[in-house]
Amino acid sequence: MKKNEFDKVLLAHGGGGQLSDQFIHDHILPRFKNTTLTELTDAAKLNLDSKSLCFTTDSYVIKPLFFHGGNIGKLAVCGTINDLAVSGSKPVALSLALIIEEGFPFDSLEKILDSIAETASQNNVSIVTGDTKTVESGAADGIFINTAGIGVRLEGVELGFNKIAAGDVIIISGSIGDHGMTIMSQRQDIGFHSRIKSDCAALADLTCKLLTSTKGIKFMRDPTRGGLAATLNEIVRQTDLSILLNELDIPINPTVQAAADALGLDILNIANEGKFVAVVSPEIALECIRICKIHPLGIQASVIGKIVETKDVPVVEMTTKIGGRRIVQMPYGRDLPRIC
Amino acid sequence: MCLAIPARIVKLEGDKAVVDAMGNEFHARTTFLPDVKIGDLVLIHAGFAISTIEEEEAKKTWQLIAEIDQFKDTPNKVSG
Amino acid sequence: MLERIHKAQLTMDAACEALARQINIMEVCGTHTVAIFRSGIRTTLPKQIKLLSGPGCPVCVTDQSYIDTILTLADRKDILIATYGDMIRVPGRGGSLETRQSLGNVKIVLSSDDAVQIAKDNPGKTVVFAAVGFETTAPATAMAVKQAAEEKIENFCILSGHKLVVPAMHALLSDKNNKIDAFLCPGHVSVIIGYGAFHEIAAQYGKPCVVAGFEPMQIIEGLAQICRQLIECRAIAESIYTAVVNEKGNLVAQNIVNEIFEPADGFWRGVGKIPKSSLALREKYSKFDAMKRFGLKETTAQELTGCHCGQVLCGLIDPPQCALFGNACTPMHPVGPCMVSSEGACSAWFKYGRQKKNQ
Repeated sequence: MKKNEFDKVLLAHGGGGQLSDQFIHDHILPRFKNTTLTELTDAAKLNLDSKSLCFTTDSYVIKPLFFHGGNIGKLAVCGTINDLAVSGSKPVALSLALIIEEGFPFDSLEKILDSIAETASQNNVSIVTGDTKTVESGAADGIFINTAGIGVRLEGVELGFNKIAAGDVIIISGSIGDHGMTIMSQRQDIGFHSRIKSDCAALADLTCKLLTSTKGIKFMRDPTRGGLAATLNEIVRQTDLSILLNELDIPINPTVQAAADALGLDILNIANEGKFVAVVSPEIALECIRICKIHPLGIQASVIGKIVETKDVPVVEMTTKIGGRRIVQMPYGRDLPRIC
Repeated sequence: MCLAIPARIVKLEGDKAVVDAMGNEFHARTTFLPDVKIGDLVLIHAGFAISTIEEEEAKKTWQLIAEIDQFKDTPNKVSG
Repeated sequence: MLERIHKAQLTMDAACEALARQINIMEVCGTHTVAIFRSGIRTTLPKQIKLLSGPGCPVCVTDQSYIDTILTLADRKDILIATYGDMIRVPGRGGSLETRQSLGNVKIVLSSDDAVQIAKDNPGKTVVFAAVGFETTAPATAMAVKQAAEEKIENFCILSGHKLVVPAMHALLSDKNNKIDAFLCPGHVSVIIGYGAFHEIAAQYGKPCVVAGFEPMQIIEGLAQICRQLIECRAIAESIYTAVVNEKGNLVAQNIVNEIFEPADGFWRGVGKIPKSSLALREKYSKFDAMKRFGLKETTAQELTGCHCGQVLCGLIDPPQCALFGNACTPMHPVGPCMVSSEGACSAWFKYGRQKKNQ
């Protein structure tokens, strides 16, 4: 790659002229090596055998941009891959749109681009089309990223809320709260030094293995913002069924738990970026766990609860560590630390 | 009404300390506990250490502390 | 652990049998309210034992005029508000501190130390620290004022909303309508004041007072210990939170609080005026009082129509018995502070308790 002569991004880098051109040739093309992208046409031409596709889009406006375990680039690729993965498809192609603030350090930009390239390559997805815009200083938090992703639907796989039935079992692929607590620990105002790191990871390899080796997976979702509580409450809201959870079976890293305790946060509400929730037929639950546990991203997979008929109102109810019961509500939307 | 967590003093200079709670480090003042030293387990509230904690009592009272001993032996369990 | 739970449950069953009536145990600690709900303890207790939530949530009992004052100050460009996260969402005049965060002059802190640091880092502005909390948190505020005085940090001041638990317990028990049989006393307040502070409550009113921590086992065993006292017709103050609570408390912390603050009459939302139940800065430190510095006057704020936070705070009704609960008043659009504060009884009940169909 050509050594960069600028140390900060200029407005002209997104202006469509010489500097834009130079940016694409020096920084984008060499990183995302694929013939589709190098054609540099206005739209990517894709040859896909399947007529059955999944299509998703997402925007990433996070702060801080760099966190233990990843950065906005890795997050963008993993997040898009995961949306496609939990929808029952094999991700194949991503678009990448960058909105960069004037004055953003070039070496930070390069680190982010390197991450995007590495993550995409490791997961066999190509960045086939993209866009770069620049905005005045102050108009973006350093950099915003938008992605769209296409995945080829796996044959015979139909996932959806309407497939879920009473008696189905709920599985989580690993420990909860890691990403959100990592971000919290790196906040400028109330941050603290911690050895926890984000679980940011692309799940497609594991989800595809599960979906192609078993019959009976009804639904999947990655519990990002709002955490496990939001995902489970959404299931309950869309199906009118209820959920019974077992607190003792939910995997939690003790350091993450201690961090949540220190800030008075409920770990069920905290974001995850490398985990999925699956609702499966009871007959295949053990097999799903077995497949997860032999995969690096599923070592702590656990059956955490089940779908049940609703008694009066659809609820997510949890049996606590001491054998009591409590409701798990849809989170407010923004967990704040407390002292009292 | 007050969140307070057990943590171990890992650095101490005057009454300014760094304490470790299961791998999370916080700044804390030890002004209310003039006799503490590095290695002591203390209760932290709003950035201040308000009580010392004896090791055995800690294990009996806080489940996370009781469990951490078993946890240390299973490295795979920690994802972060 | 199961053995210990079982043993505690047997004691509680025995008390229910011996007394053959409802046993009302009040906890006066918002952190206990949340811990009780999160651990699901209520569902494991015998039906005869009822847990009442008292005025233990410092945000809930902070009167409206305090909140409106802090919001008025937050609107000034020459002021930075430093606050614990608990206060951010409390609604008042023209929104809340949360709605003002985008203006950049509301800072969340984990420690009063951080508030002083913000003052040092921003010499052009005055930092007002929203000093809310009970006896556990007052020592930290006292240290901040002491440091500001010693280091002559002129641009730091506090709006004191600190309250004291024992006077509140006296006020609750003086109400003839109270149904309280015993108190589960706040664990971390007791670290500072010592469980001995509750001797007078036990002696004067004959109510068992047991200090417990916040782990589920601590709460269960605390309730069992209360039951033991009731069975034996005793009423004393004691603690099972032996890891950190002793009879006298932390004398160093108490002395620092006494140096900086003095007891003053306090206005508790929903309860009213309670004598000598709050902390005011001593004359020597009055320049750190935001009220004096900005020439503000105490006002009695209007109570909200239909809001029964007061009765909830005194344990006279459960949140679902308030007509607004779950309808006009939810965490998404709270009317009263009991719903706003994450430790408020209404908020906890809504988040962790069962919902009715029309909610």
